Amino acid sequence: MRGAVRAGLWVMFGLFFLFPLYAMADFSTRNLIAGGRTGQAWSNLVTDDALYQSIVVSLLLAVFTVVAMLVLLVPTMIWVRLRAPWAKGLIEFLCLLPLTIPALVIVVGLRNVYLWVTYLLGESALTLTFVYVVVVLPFAYRAIDAALSSIDLQTLSEAARSLGAGWTTTIARVVVPNIWSGILSAAFISIAVVLGEYTIASLSGYETLQVQIVLIGKSDGPTSVAASLATLLFGFVLLLILSLVTRGQRSRRSRGIEPGVTP
Amino acid sequence: MSRNASGVAVELSDLTRLYGSTKALDGLTLHIEPGELVALLGPSGCGKTTALRILAGLDEATSGTVSVGGVDVSGVPASKRDMGMVFQAYSLFPHLTVLDNVAFGLKMRGKAKQDRTSRAADMLDLVGLTAHTHKYASELSGGQQQRVALARALAIQPRVLLLDEPLSALDAKVRTQLRDEIRRVQLEVGTTTLFVTHDQEEALAVADRVGVMSQGRLEQLAAPAELYANPATPFVADFVGLNNKVPAQVSGGRAVLLGVSVPALAGSVSSGAGLAMVRPESVTLTADRAGTSSVSSASFLGAISRVTVAMPDGSLINAQMASSVARAFAPGDPVTVGIEPGGVLVVAT
Amino acid sequence: MAGVGRRVRETLPLLPFFTVVLIFLIVPTVTVIVSSVYADGVFSLDRIAALFTGTALTALANSVLLSGATAVLGALLGAVMAWLIVSSPPASMVRRAVLSLCSVLAQFGGVALAFAFLATVGLNGVLTLWVQQAFGWNIAGSGWLYSLSGLILVYTYFQIPLMVIVFIPALEGLRDQWREAAVSLGASTWAYWREVAIPLLTPAFLGSALLLFANAFAAYATAAALVSQGSPILPLLIRASLVSEVVLGQAGFAYALALEMIVVVAVVMLAYNLLVRRSARWLS
Repeated sequence: MRGAVRAGLWVMFGLFFLFPLYAMADFSTRNLIAGGRTGQAWSNLVTDDALYQSIVVSLLLAVFTVVAMLVLLVPTMIWVRLRAPWAKGLIEFLCLLPLTIPALVIVVGLRNVYLWVTYLLGESALTLTFVYVVVVLPFAYRAIDAALSSIDLQTLSEAARSLGAGWTTTIARVVVPNIWSGILSAAFISIAVVLGEYTIASLSGYETLQVQIVLIGKSDGPTSVAASLATLLFGFVLLLILSLVTRGQRSRRSRGIEPGVTP
Repeated sequence: MSRNASGVAVELSDLTRLYGSTKALDGLTLHIEPGELVALLGPSGCGKTTALRILAGLDEATSGTVSVGGVDVSGVPASKRDMGMVFQAYSLFPHLTVLDNVAFGLKMRGKAKQDRTSRAADMLDLVGLTAHTHKYASELSGGQQQRVALARALAIQPRVLLLDEPLSALDAKVRTQLRDEIRRVQLEVGTTTLFVTHDQEEALAVADRVGVMSQGRLEQLAAPAELYANPATPFVADFVGLNNKVPAQVSGGRAVLLGVSVPALAGSVSSGAGLAMVRPESVTLTADRAGTSSVSSASFLGAISRVTVAMPDGSLINAQMASSVARAFAPGDPVTVGIEPGGVLVVAT
Repeated sequence: MAGVGRRVRETLPLLPFFTVVLIFLIVPTVTVIVSSVYADGVFSLDRIAALFTGTALTALANSVLLSGATAVLGALLGAVMAWLIVSSPPASMVRRAVLSLCSVLAQFGGVALAFAFLATVGLNGVLTLWVQQAFGWNIAGSGWLYSLSGLILVYTYFQIPLMVIVFIPALEGLRDQWREAAVSLGASTWAYWREVAIPLLTPAFLGSALLLFANAFAAYATAAALVSQGSPILPLLIRASLVSEVVLGQAGFAYALALEMIVVVAVVMLAYNLLVRRSARWLS
């Protein structure tokens, strides 16, 4: 009896969640003129210039954000643990703050700041990197914090320094290899966040992948559906790989939520 | 024995529990007298916890029966078996106060609030925690939590009390205090009790009888002193207490070792060469300038000391004695090694 | 003196982090708060007052309705789905795949979800066409997908997975010992749920529901992709205010609207944090 109820529920949830994905695949491969299937919409991902450009921009943005986030966050978190434990609460609060301040609010208040940024660094969409680093902070912080908690940072770094390593070497060659799963986790999730981000990019007038998808959607349904499905699949594969790689490393401490990149 | 024997008898008959092809229990038969505390002792995986859980009704035997007070309860669900259980850790309900935790079983039995509260208060008094009545589990130490768990199990006046390694998660000092506490309470209330543990000192200290288990089977069931002095199998001899293994010759029910002839216990090799299991406290050392053995090292352990001696054939033997006596021996001293009279178990080499 | 010098030396390496967070998070937030009451350097509550007029009030009401409805739906259905997942074998591939899918849909889907539903129940959606061929009904006809009810459906699609992700840790925190202790003390399955499991899970459940509310309230991408004209909900009204200079007679109205959003979300998240702390104390 119990088994039948469970099976029934699985089927219902399965249908609800998988059917739209199937519909996307169907919709994007439909040949509206001649009937049957066509890969036109999918090939547009590389042949349509504007779309392809936006894909490149988004991927670059993702890479830049990950690098900037790691360079900014990892040394900071290590330093706080080793030398400035009094700042731990403050850092944690600031990292989790983006969960409470919606992206929409940030973009409204960002106008003036970005006037300066474009003045100094130009008009490229890649300047979004700075905001995106802030947006991914909650996810990245949790992942790296969990990894740092699982090693004895104090002892490792003292051992390295007593053997003559400077700070850069200690961080790069001793600590980082030991928190690799946390870093990987932070990186993968950040990539998924950046690729899916729409709010800030669109309201700031930059043409990233998601912005382009919405623009195209007005005139070419199948292509935008194809691009959307591609985004979902890519994110899915990314996170699946991540869950396989970090098998058994789930920290019971940093539980709960990873919400808030407002969709 | 002078005690309040108000409990019921428990009978486990030929219990077998299979997980796929693995035998967690292999024909376990155990009879517990009313009011008795039997300890099941053994390494992890030996089946002791499985036996306890089957008795509790939390697990089902593949074959065999469980009787309580002469009645077969094999088909009775756990919630109706009227048994009190204390788990290893974390079993107190975190959202309830100590008082509500202890009164929980009474609430399940539909007792009125007034009765529940007074009975729970009595139980807390029994375990000495009246001062903590309105606290929550998170505010108590590990030892206090286990005492509350004990009070909660006893509040329902269970026919059988089951303890699943209740002390394993506690610090050493707390463990010793709490095990005496548990024994005192058990004797006072007189409930038939099954106590599972992997710590042999614990088992020997609290139990009326100890059952040593290995690989799903009961190796020996006897009073602590008997178990210690006369182990029935090599496993028991090895598991309980410390042992030296000394080459011996067996013939005609007697073993010859260290130049002395002593009785060979039942279960020994019947004849020929073997290894005798000798307790360190049974080994005697005599300072002897012509002795063929020499002292290798001495460890001071407080009231007693352990002196390690190198035998002529190169093997090492441990002798245990009062520290005042051990003081006479220094590394390098020549000694003669002997053993106290008393039976030894000789196992095959 | 040495103490101060040391403090400064300790803080120095933290400056890059503080700087980035200051410029790109704190400053925008403060800008919003300040600009909602300062128009052209003059203190004025006009913008805030306009929040309580017709369109703005309707948008707020709709947002609350949308967020509340999807929070309740998402919480209930998500809790069921979370239980389904937790009671299946731990390391199985299916479980990993389901959790990864939940992560993607809950957090990174935004725009994609809008198109997913367009492809399903939009004017030329797969389901629309099937139903049309099979029964002759036109389920997409009125364009309901682009209205509040359509948004409720689409939002549920990411609220349920979010609930799953947030609630599973609480479910996993329910120790077996509690159930076994309750049972050995005489509790039936129903009594165990009533006296132990439900009281223990309630703070986590309510907290998660609040999180879902805040999530839906602040969500923008999905609605923006589906609704190209009109501003039925608050986030879309903000969009309108950013695109055109004067909305509802107020220049820079976006600031006041954004302030309204922070206030609501902050209050909800505060309540959420209080509940989660209690739950974490019990269930971890």
